[in-house]
Amino acid sequence: MKKFSWRGLFIIIFFCVTAFFLAPMVIPNLPSWWSKHHLKLGLDLRGGMQILLEVDTSELSAADARNAVEQNIKIIRERIDQFGVAEPSIQKLGENRIMVQLPGVSDYKAAENLIKQTAMLEFKLVAPQDEAKRVIETIDRNISSNLDKFPILAEMAKKDKSIMADTTSTDSLKTGEGIFSSLIRPGEMDFEVQYSDVRLIQDLLADTLFAQMVPMGYQLALDKADTENPRADRNLYVLSSAAQLTGGDLAKAKVEYGSATSTDPRIANKPYISIEMKREGARKFERVTADNVGKRLAIVLDGVVYSAPNIQERIAGGRAQITGRFTATEANELAIVLNTGNLIAPIKPVSTSIIGATLGADSIRKGTMAGLIGLIIVVLFMIIYYKLCGFIADIALVLNVGFILAMLTAFGATLTLPGIAGIILTIGMAVDANVLIFERIREELDLGKTPRSAVEAGFKRALVTVWDSNLTTVIAGIILYYLGTGPIRGFAVTLVIGIMGSMFTAIVVVRSILDNIVLTGKRTKLSV
Amino acid sequence: MRILKNPNIQFVKSRYWFYGISIALLLISLCGIIFKGLNWSIDFTSGIAATVNLKALDPKVPAVPIENLRTVLTKNGFPEAEITYIGNPANSTFQIKIKSVGKGTDLSTETRTKLLEIIQQNFPEYVQGRDLNKEVIEEIYEVGPKVGSELRSQAFWAVMLALIAMIIYIWFRFEFTFGLMGILALFHDVFLIVGFFALTGKEITMQIIAALLTIVGYSINDTIVIFDRIREDMKKNRKDPIQVVFNRSINDTLSRTVITGGTTFLTSACLFLWGGSVIHDFALAICLGILFGTYSSIFVASNLVIDLNLITHKERKTMQHLTKKKL
Repeated sequence: MKKFSWRGLFIIIFFCVTAFFLAPMVIPNLPSWWSKHHLKLGLDLRGGMQILLEVDTSELSAADARNAVEQNIKIIRERIDQFGVAEPSIQKLGENRIMVQLPGVSDYKAAENLIKQTAMLEFKLVAPQDEAKRVIETIDRNISSNLDKFPILAEMAKKDKSIMADTTSTDSLKTGEGIFSSLIRPGEMDFEVQYSDVRLIQDLLADTLFAQMVPMGYQLALDKADTENPRADRNLYVLSSAAQLTGGDLAKAKVEYGSATSTDPRIANKPYISIEMKREGARKFERVTADNVGKRLAIVLDGVVYSAPNIQERIAGGRAQITGRFTATEANELAIVLNTGNLIAPIKPVSTSIIGATLGADSIRKGTMAGLIGLIIVVLFMIIYYKLCGFIADIALVLNVGFILAMLTAFGATLTLPGIAGIILTIGMAVDANVLIFERIREELDLGKTPRSAVEAGFKRALVTVWDSNLTTVIAGIILYYLGTGPIRGFAVTLVIGIMGSMFTAIVVVRSILDNIVLTGKRTKLSV
Repeated sequence: MRILKNPNIQFVKSRYWFYGISIALLLISLCGIIFKGLNWSIDFTSGIAATVNLKALDPKVPAVPIENLRTVLTKNGFPEAEITYIGNPANSTFQIKIKSVGKGTDLSTETRTKLLEIIQQNFPEYVQGRDLNKEVIEEIYEVGPKVGSELRSQAFWAVMLALIAMIIYIWFRFEFTFGLMGILALFHDVFLIVGFFALTGKEITMQIIAALLTIVGYSINDTIVIFDRIREDMKKNRKDPIQVVFNRSINDTLSRTVITGGTTFLTSACLFLWGGSVIHDFALAICLGILFGTYSSIFVASNLVIDLNLITHKERKTMQHLTKKKL
């Protein structure tokens, strides 16, 4: 019986851990507590969508801001769950960023809309026609005296003037006069915007400078684009800016279909969303409708008017409909968003990547193949160059690759393409420790030492070098991990694990095999 | 089997030749970076990059010439789009890049949608019968301006911090001049790769930054093995002039340097040859890095330590300091 050795214990632990985490990859039908540890593939390998969102917390206090990001994550998670995506990953990145990864999703547009919709639901009164006209006139005046702040409008005004100069003899037209109202024309009830100007109006509405031009208490909003006829003219509403009701008054929303015989063309045979208000909301709704009979109440979602029905009578019970020329998918999305509640703070996608599943599959196949070829070349080289010792180093190398995969599984890391590259690269670098040791052993043998003492001295000498050289690489890896993002991190993790594994296998496993199997008895020769 | 049996090559004596080669290469790189500039990818410049596969299902339909795609995109409001083949032109796989450098506005989701619409409308025979989202579009990246510039500074700091951390480590384990010159050799390696990418007009992507950091890790590893040997030999032969000791140490570690460089180079070469288009440039950067890294470890790093010490006449002190360190 041999005496207890720490080295032996470590080797046993190393083997057990590696086997435990690798088993689910090879053996099917393991119990769930075991098989749940499996290596996750990154988006670049399985295809899908990744969105980096930024939460705009500029209008919240520091404490609220911290909370807002967490809350938003919760809401986004809920929405994605209802949308039905397997294994989504939603993480907070830095202070106010959220990284959403949706593997396997192919309806990118729907997914993106679902996530980023703030769904700020508001009910606002539409300003009566004469009031609206006055508001537009005021905006015109304000803009014309601040024309230098709106370069695009100023440019337009200059062009207008040169056109007019031909027809009007007097220079009566002041530059920029009526420039805003020239973009819109009065319609039947509201103002209309031609398709070609919609973009400009949208930009203006989003501009905070422009908001200052609008008289206090009012706001402008476009209506929703018609999905079936996207080039149609859009309506521009003048709303009173006070919200009568908000999303917080909402109890639940669901998609319904109008019957084909319905007299209302907005819902006939079309999906719409029926909403039910909370008790308090219902009371508010009743009061608002009672006070404003004859006026119009606009249902505004994220700053876009969905519908603006006329209030014909007092409405009790707190039920309303949101119509707005929806497609079925749109209606479904919207209902999910309304039910999961408002995002606490608005979010904006700052980067998006979409990776097709074909590309991913191709990458896996090619990456694995390149890895295998590389592995075979290195293994053969080691056997040819270092003979028996090379073969032992090869065992260590294969163990090391297994160890990397096992550790990635254990840490719940995702395997990305740069990760695969990291593994392949480690195959090349992993033999380094062994090469250092074997070269040292050869030198010691050349000095005429016996195999046993040559191995002893070789390991002792090489160890310092292995330690120094690998630690510097680990330092680079750790910094890469902390400063890098996404795929780069995956790469750093594989690199660092690979180095740890290679040091352990080279120093401990190879040494043990040499000591206990090769150098038994009185051998006078070592095959190295 | 041994490739190099007891080599005795005069690395130290002929060092000025290699300085000359290195300076020439560095100058070429510098010219490349100054005159051709770096082709930063969408990751850093922000904008949209899409990989589209326009290979028709019907084998009788001829492949799309790249000019056609260019004309169509120019006509439809994307004159600034850069279009390149990915892999063999017969596969009809293109990368379309629209950078938004300098523009304050975001390239929004609408741009993406519009791009897809243009392709769908202008190349009906190529997309027919194929799922636009799954088969035609292989990849789309869209990076906002803020993230782009952030990533660039992040990458820069990652490299800088890694270098500083390594100087400190080497300083602590060896001696300051070793740390300084080791890192100078690293700059040499990284600069040459970057110069190569500038000259060939290849994209600097996030992956390439990772490759650069890998090279930093690899090359310092190589250099340290030699430094380590120098430290050990210095203790054994305190009387020999440092040129002799350095040259012997480089020769003693030469076979290890060549073997490790060789195996790592071979595996990266496999990645380059068979790893697929996505990591092609990554593997290329690693291959180059191993070549430059191995070269600089053997010919540049330790020779620079000699020269710095000869110039400052501190070689005695430096070596005393070095050999005092405990291992």
